[in-house]
Amino acid sequence: MAVTRHSDAVAPVRSSGPISIWFMRHVSTSIGSLGRLFRQPFASLMIVLVIAVTLAIPAALNLVVKNAQAVSSGWDNALDFSIYLKRDVTESEAAGLARLIQQRADVESVRLITSSEALADFKQQSGFGEALDQLSENPLPHTLVVRPSPANTSQSMILLQEELANLPESDLVQVDTEWVQRFHAILDIVRQAIVIGATLLGIAIVVIIGNTIRLDIQNRREEIEVTKLIGASNAFVRRPFLWSGFWYGLFGGGLALGLVQYGLFLLEQPAARLAGLYQSGITVLALSLQESLAIIGIGVLLGLVGSWFAAARHMRRIEPR
Amino acid sequence: MMIQLEDVTKRFPGGQEALSGLTLSVDKGEMLFVTGHSGAGKSTLLRLIALIERPTSGQVIVDGQNTRRVKRRKIPAYRRQIGMVFQDHKLLYDRPVSDNVALPLVIAGVGHREASRRVRAALDQVGLLHKEKQNPETLSAGEQQRVGIARAIVTRPKLLIADEPTGNLDPDLSLEVMRIFRRFNEVGVTLLIASHDISLIDRMGCARIELDAGKLVEHDTEEDDLWQ
Repeated sequence: MAVTRHSDAVAPVRSSGPISIWFMRHVSTSIGSLGRLFRQPFASLMIVLVIAVTLAIPAALNLVVKNAQAVSSGWDNALDFSIYLKRDVTESEAAGLARLIQQRADVESVRLITSSEALADFKQQSGFGEALDQLSENPLPHTLVVRPSPANTSQSMILLQEELANLPESDLVQVDTEWVQRFHAILDIVRQAIVIGATLLGIAIVVIIGNTIRLDIQNRREEIEVTKLIGASNAFVRRPFLWSGFWYGLFGGGLALGLVQYGLFLLEQPAARLAGLYQSGITVLALSLQESLAIIGIGVLLGLVGSWFAAARHMRRIEPR
Repeated sequence: MMIQLEDVTKRFPGGQEALSGLTLSVDKGEMLFVTGHSGAGKSTLLRLIALIERPTSGQVIVDGQNTRRVKRRKIPAYRRQIGMVFQDHKLLYDRPVSDNVALPLVIAGVGHREASRRVRAALDQVGLLHKEKQNPETLSAGEQQRVGIARAIVTRPKLLIADEPTGNLDPDLSLEVMRIFRRFNEVGVTLLIASHDISLIDRMGCARIELDAGKLVEHDTEEDDLWQ
């Protein structure tokens, strides 16, 4: 049995540079905490799943609002005026009027839909084709579809609308902006509701992770006592629990991202069909890279906050007896 | 002087006095036994040195540091300078022997290669190198205590304190443990060992002090043991 020499026995503990120690400690502690998670796969998976669902719900709702806003902002710029001309306006007069309006600076384009075109369209789309054939004369007026230039403000739009309505040939000017504005107001409320809901769900995640870590601390009470007895600092005993919180948050956030992406995948086909029906180029907006990172980042942050609270609260009380 | 106690009294909240006006000193390189009945204050003495408790009054000075001036935040760093051995070993049963012994080095932030070298050296010193991969649960009580000792000396502390280290061991194993302590003492480690096993202490021929009701009773010097 070897016995150390005297000089050896009293040599102080030598250690490498402080930063590499700090780094290596964290690497080994994080791997240790990860291993602990995997040793209880079912319990860990349950917690990760709860976090993932809790994160995915507000993320998905946020995406819905984002898409709704994108779609409706498209309507905003493309708010066309429909000028229904008086019945006695002839087709050539209508075409002349169209050219006239076309020259205005605040108008981008004017399209003439003659009464016969309108009727043909209506026959095709309404399904009343044969019934409409019974009509002795075309009840539809000529219509000018005026697309205002994108440079218009909402005020100049109102002015344009008034001027178009005051044209002697014009019977009725229709522009349906109100429901768009209402829709935007609703979206704003929904968005705020999501923020409030997400905050509450975030608190729930902190509590869930905090409680999990608290149980973990209680189960490892003896280990904590022994390590403190042989000189471990609070920071040292806290570290593995913070890493557990980090991993829960990371996996929860990652899985939440996966759930949202899978949901988008499921919605892709129906959305494309809907876009086809509306004859628009609407595509479903996916999560941007920043949003994806934000979901994972929020998961990690909440995991760390939850484990920090639990560790700070329960660790100090465990002192060697 | 490695340990100096000056008029140390420890009174517990119930009013019961574990130590009353105790003054003693332990030289550097000394191996001193503390004996006495249970409740005489042996454990309290060691707990004051390890800063698990603080004295009600008086000074405890360890290796030139007055423990009164060690702030709560600094207690871990203070404890790392002292090797501690416990009656119930206080090993962690969720990891192998080598990881148990490595724990103080991990806490101190010693690099992996250096740590494993020292763990093997420490286990070799207690004769358990061949069991480094086993779980402590599979070891006998005597072997577990030797693992505890290896953990206490792996950081090469100048001072080792042990509370009833042979309390659960039969005489042969006790003697083996004491011989290990003796070898550390021979290379300059100061040891303070609480034990009620007087026959064993006499066989070791070491200095001892006796506590009774928190007071010093007698103070044998090593010369007294020469007749053995």
